[in-house]
Amino acid sequence: MATDATVVAVVDAAIVLAAVLSLLCGYRAVRGPTVPDRVVALDAIATNVVAIAVLFAIKTDRGLYVTVALVLAIIGFLSTVAVAKFVTEGDVIVRQE
Amino acid sequence: MVAAEAVRTWVVVALVVVGSVFLTVGTIGLLRLPNVYNRMHATSKPATIGAVSVFLAGFAHFGPGGAGLPSLVGIVFLFLTVPTGAHMIARAAERTGVPFLGSVTWPGKSDDE
Repeated sequence: MATDATVVAVVDAAIVLAAVLSLLCGYRAVRGPTVPDRVVALDAIATNVVAIAVLFAIKTDRGLYVTVALVLAIIGFLSTVAVAKFVTEGDVIVRQE
Repeated sequence: MVAAEAVRTWVVVALVVVGSVFLTVGTIGLLRLPNVYNRMHATSKPATIGAVSVFLAGFAHFGPGGAGLPSLVGIVFLFLTVPTGAHMIARAAERTGVPFLGSVTWPGKSDDE
């Protein structure tokens, strides 16, 4: 099924909007006063990129990019957890004695 | 079948617009709220709802066969992982001494360790 022209126009606008929002989150990632601020900003950028991947899948009618969005969501979650552990304890993997 | 195609088109357009609005709200909250805990609230709830709405648009576009099922899996995954990540970031921020606003205190401060 080819994607409708109206859908393509709306999805194009949404992709541009999400890209601009990612840039604005980048401002917080650069200027954030503390390290958790930067981590939260990078998490928001990851959410925006997941949305962009799904929008690209709708625009080009290629379902493979939904899987790409899933993988990006997994990478974002793992990086958030790893950085949270690193900020708290100074090490990602801590051996319990 | 033409009517069904039109309905699917408008459902996809409406879900994409709603998702864009919620992503915008999350980014504005990330930029303008005063504290890391409040910013985390802005990015975990509205931005996640925006991404979930875009995933629902993908499900409406691709249908239950093909790439529609991974879209639903993505919704479940976001609802499971985003609160977990926000909780870990909040705990890391409190452990590293990011101050709270006003009279806010950490719950169960004495027996937290």
